Amino acid sequence: MKRTDDLLSQSRRTFLKRLGGGIVVFVGFRGRLPSATAGTPGGRMGDQAVPTDFNAFVRIAEDGRVSCFTGKIEMGQGPITSLVQMLADELDVAYERVDILMGDTDLCPWDRGTWGSLTTRQFGPLLRAAAAEARAVLLQLGSESLDVPVSRLAVREGAIFERGDEANRVTYGALASGREIARHLEVKPELKDYAEFRIMGQPKLRRDSLEKVTGAAKYAADIRIPGMLYAKLLRPPAHGAKLRKVSAKGVRSVPGAIVIEDEDLVAVLHELPDVAEEGLDRIKAEFDRPSAELTDANIHAHLRKVAPRDGVASRGGSLGKGRKLSKRIVETTFFDGYVAHAPIETHAALAQIENGKCTVWASTQNPFGARDQVAAAIGFPVNRVRVITPFVGGGFGGKTGNLQAVEAARLAKIAGRPVQVMRSREEEFFYDTFRPAAVVEVRSGIDASGRMTFWDYEVLFAGARGSDLFYEVPHHREVARPSGPRAGPGTHPFATGAWRAPGNNTNTFARESQIDIMAAAAKADPLEFRLAHLKDPRMTRVLKAAAARFGWKPAPTPSKRGVGIACGIDAGTYVAAMAEVAVDARSGVIEVQRVVCAQDMGIVINPQGATLQVEGCVTMGLGYALSEEVHFRGGQILDTNFDRYELPRFSAVPRIETVLIEANDIAPQGGGEPAVIVMGGVIANAIHDATGARVRQMPITPARVKAARE
Amino acid sequence: MSPISFTLNERAVRLEVDASRKLIWVLRTELAMTGTKPSCARGLCGACTVLVDDRPVRSCITPVESVRGKRVVTIEALAKDGELHPLQKAFIRHDALQCGFCTPGMILTAYGLLRDKRKRSRREIAHAMDGNLCRCGAHTRILDAIESAAAEMK
Repeated sequence: MKRTDDLLSQSRRTFLKRLGGGIVVFVGFRGRLPSATAGTPGGRMGDQAVPTDFNAFVRIAEDGRVSCFTGKIEMGQGPITSLVQMLADELDVAYERVDILMGDTDLCPWDRGTWGSLTTRQFGPLLRAAAAEARAVLLQLGSESLDVPVSRLAVREGAIFERGDEANRVTYGALASGREIARHLEVKPELKDYAEFRIMGQPKLRRDSLEKVTGAAKYAADIRIPGMLYAKLLRPPAHGAKLRKVSAKGVRSVPGAIVIEDEDLVAVLHELPDVAEEGLDRIKAEFDRPSAELTDANIHAHLRKVAPRDGVASRGGSLGKGRKLSKRIVETTFFDGYVAHAPIETHAALAQIENGKCTVWASTQNPFGARDQVAAAIGFPVNRVRVITPFVGGGFGGKTGNLQAVEAARLAKIAGRPVQVMRSREEEFFYDTFRPAAVVEVRSGIDASGRMTFWDYEVLFAGARGSDLFYEVPHHREVARPSGPRAGPGTHPFATGAWRAPGNNTNTFARESQIDIMAAAAKADPLEFRLAHLKDPRMTRVLKAAAARFGWKPAPTPSKRGVGIACGIDAGTYVAAMAEVAVDARSGVIEVQRVVCAQDMGIVINPQGATLQVEGCVTMGLGYALSEEVHFRGGQILDTNFDRYELPRFSAVPRIETVLIEANDIAPQGGGEPAVIVMGGVIANAIHDATGARVRQMPITPARVKAARE
Repeated sequence: MSPISFTLNERAVRLEVDASRKLIWVLRTELAMTGTKPSCARGLCGACTVLVDDRPVRSCITPVESVRGKRVVTIEALAKDGELHPLQKAFIRHDALQCGFCTPGMILTAYGLLRDKRKRSRREIAHAMDGNLCRCGAHTRILDAIESAAAEMK
């Protein structure tokens, strides 16, 4: 550790002043945690308002309140609660005395974005380190103030006292008073051991509920500033369509409407959002539309044709040898469609330019990315752009593009007034970065004893996440072509991107379906078949825990009972699910009645929050498994609202039981995404168990169930 | 344009607005009641639900003209004298929300449901709530919260 008062740059001094007095502790691990600390997308850090050589910091104010500043954002997944638990526990202050400020690029340390289930497992240790270091600093100050050596001091609820003489005490607030101290940690501090946790590991209710049930919680589109205008933008009818002719003459009949035309932007601005919309309706525009050969019906054939040859591969043994050992070989092709993020809050942003500084309130998962994009778009240096992230009304991987923030800033600059852009539901579907359609081809074999001999797995377009085989198969190859959810031109007819546990939903559906197919071929119970092919103790444990809660009774599948299993690994977390379904023989309509989900996520910081995430994953997973699919004709999106795009509804949600495995010897792992990955596989397997029909395409619609039965 | 008068959260409101405008935009802009959330604009998701004469109404498809002389209540005024409504308390107690964007509409729809009839089976509640969408997957907890509030309100 170094005293850094003498190392403080001018920017940091300014920054400290902005935070107010008290004690601030910075923590940075250069080169130790690559994805948390690597450069911004585009590789430029620029001249920033916030010092960039650290990842977390905490401040102890003179009134003893503690503040946590983080570039992470709250979109429902719960860090507003769990990060406070971490900080309070490491610092030894009351949980209620901690405030958290999230996603403000002028006040929070740089962060790449809130995704990948990284907040707890990657940012968590940094925040805890900052808190632990702050505690050490305070102990040192306390020792000087009380004239007692640190070794004889103890801390409880923000007060330092002498062991054996608790009256000889001083509070954190008193120590912070009148000081302006910054510490910059270079060495990894001692974090509390699991056995010392008092607040971490306790189930805590959400900290933001009161604001959210009273309507007080502000989202980006709820921010109001005097003089603001609402913008409605002209949108093409299809991706790839080019604007040929536009006439805004008709808008003149709408009093107060302002038309802005700037290169690709055509917008109507008004003091009332609905009147702006009315203005937009009066713009006459003609577009050249590209050919529309691709549809949701022929997309998979197209993707198989255009898939690049290269890909990530992992392998072991020799596939040829494996084939020779096989008594039975099964080759299956699985298909997955495009899925929308469909957050209930559409993308929104309000931009204000004042005194050469642009402030943007945005619904975004990556405020720092938004800041850089806005700066580039309006030609401002990054330190003249501030992005503030109010509550985000759902993200799921979809609020990372920040187009709406850029549009609001461009329009605000031209209009000379604050401008809000909030997407309509139709725009939200149109500009979504859908989870990509994908194809998985699997060939695998079993020998006479029912053991798997080889596994040859190739995934197109979903990506590598979740494609690794964790079952023990002597000869195997797993290829992901290409490696990510975003593919190049000539592939998807619109934008695609990360969708909660990107890739893993498709891969787990395919892998777990194929494993069940092999278990059926071996006439084995699907749980016993899995356990017989597993060496990883974490996966074995999580499967057994799910089975115990579910009351799994071994039988070869199909057993006509309608029960299924699937398991997988995501973000360092192990998940196993079991489901019970009923399938209507005539209509093919599926009712999921019960889902048990067991999860080993290492140490659980907030068991309550983790349970919410599992339930959310199970529910959201029902959607991609059973009903959600984006239909399109070329670049035209046909599903543009909730009448056609079917999200899971109340009466379709089953009884959900969550089992969190006690795994306190393992560091905290991801929680926001993992449980969503098993839902396709577990439902497909339960349907097969009920009916003998193997559905190889998601979503598993009644029509596809009926087709598979024939 | 004749002025439109109604009661909003127990206060008299008189507005000079185009009568065909949708209630949601008048609430959110002129009246700054941003707890009423826009989402689908076609009455398909329930996020914009408000109470009109104590019944849940989708403000995104409701012309402001139609609330003339009526009592409109938004989520901001469901608590009375600083005391949260039993539904609000139950939503907090059950963690019946995540991102919170659908929450005002959920609570006000449930309010209408329980106002008509307190005693309902879980299945009935689920069916009655089917028109309200939640993307975070708080469904089972929302049902728990409504059941528990119903029991408390008896």
